Amino acid sequence: MMEWANLGAALAMALAMAIMLGRLFAGPSLYDRVLAANSFGTKTVLLLLIFSLLVGRADGVDIALLYALINFIATIAILKFFRYRSLEIALAQMSLRRAIDGDDD
Amino acid sequence: MIYGVSLSLVLALLWWVLSGYDKITLLAFGAVSVVIAMVLVLRMRILDRETVPFMRLHTLIPYYIWLGSEIAKANMAVVKASLKPEIDITPRLVRVPVKADSDLARCVFANSITLTPGTVTVEIEEDAFLVHALDASFTAPEGFAEMNLYSARATDGDAK
Amino acid sequence: MDILLLIRDFASIALMAVGVIFVLAGAIGVVRLPDFYTRMHAAGVTDTLGAEMIVLALMLQAGFTLLSAKLLLVGFILFLTSPTATHAVANAAHRAGLNPLLSRHQPPHPRDAESGEKP
Repeated sequence: MMEWANLGAALAMALAMAIMLGRLFAGPSLYDRVLAANSFGTKTVLLLLIFSLLVGRADGVDIALLYALINFIATIAILKFFRYRSLEIALAQMSLRRAIDGDDD
Repeated sequence: MIYGVSLSLVLALLWWVLSGYDKITLLAFGAVSVVIAMVLVLRMRILDRETVPFMRLHTLIPYYIWLGSEIAKANMAVVKASLKPEIDITPRLVRVPVKADSDLARCVFANSITLTPGTVTVEIEEDAFLVHALDASFTAPEGFAEMNLYSARATDGDAK
Repeated sequence: MDILLLIRDFASIALMAVGVIFVLAGAIGVVRLPDFYTRMHAAGVTDTLGAEMIVLALMLQAGFTLLSAKLLLVGFILFLTSPTATHAVANAAHRAGLNPLLSRHQPPHPRDAESGEKP
C-alpha cells in the first residue's frame, strides 16, 4: 500500500515538473524562467526523496540534500550574473572594503 | 567564546548525522573537519550573535511554530485564488513599516513575510519593506504589525 | 502493534496526499496567474507547505532512524533557502524595473469578450 502511495506521489511530482518545464520555456521574462527553474529544482529534490524511499536505497537522500543546496546557489548565481554580467564583482568589492579598512589578515 | 563552542558542537553533530559512521578513525576525520571549519570562520570574523543564533532557540522555535499556523492559513487562500475557474485577484504593492532594533530581527521579519504565501518582500529599505501581495485581502496592516512584534520579541527578547 | 503501523501508514499517506495537492496547485497557479509577481506567490506555496508536508510524510515512513534526521535536514534547508531564493528573484525583477500588475485582474465579461473590448 505504501509503495503505491509513494509511486503516485512520485508521478505527481513528475507531472508538476512537466508543468514547470512548460512555464520555463514559455515564460515571457527572464525572471519567470529563473523562478520556474528554482521551483523545478525543489520538485526534483522531492522526487529524489520519494524515489529513494520507494526503492529502499538511502543514498538518494544525500543526493537530494546536495541538490537542494546547489539549486539555491545556482539561482543566486544566475541572478547575480544577469544583474552584474559578472560573477567576480563581490570578490572585488570585498577586497576593496578590506583595503579601505586597512587590515590584511 | 560560547558562540564558538556551540557552533563546533552543531558542526560535529552535522558531520555525524550526514556520515553515519561511528568508527574512531572516521570520527577523528570529522573532528579535523570541524577544526578546519572553525579556523576558517574565525579568520573570516563572522562569528557573532547573527551567524550563531542558537542562544535564542527557546524563543525562535515557538515563533516558528506560530508562523507555521499562519502559513497554513494563508496557504489555503492562495490555493483557492489560483485554482478558481476564473481568476479574480487584485495584486498590491504596499510599504510595511518595520520596527526592529537589530539586523537579525529585520531578517527574521522579512523572511517571515516571504514565507507566508501571498506576500513577498520585494525591496528592503531603511525603515520599511516593500511587500508585494497577491490579493488586497493579504495587506492588513494589523497582521504585519503583529508579525513584526512577535519576530522582534523572538529575536531580541523583551529588553526594550 | 499492527494497528500502530497501520495508523502510521495512514497518517503518512494523508500528509503526502495533502502535500501533493499543494504542489500541484502551485504548479497550476504558476501556469495560470497573469504576471511574474503573482506567479511568484504560486511557486511559494509549493516551496513552503507542500514540500514540508511531503518531507514530514517520508519521515513518518522512515521511522526513528538516521535517515529521518537527514530528511529533517533536507526539510530545514528547503525551509531556509526557498524564501531567500524567492526574495532574490523578486528583488532582481524589481531592481530591473519589471512593473507589477496592480489593477484588478478578472476575466472579461462575456459580453465584452464577444466585442473584443477589455473593461
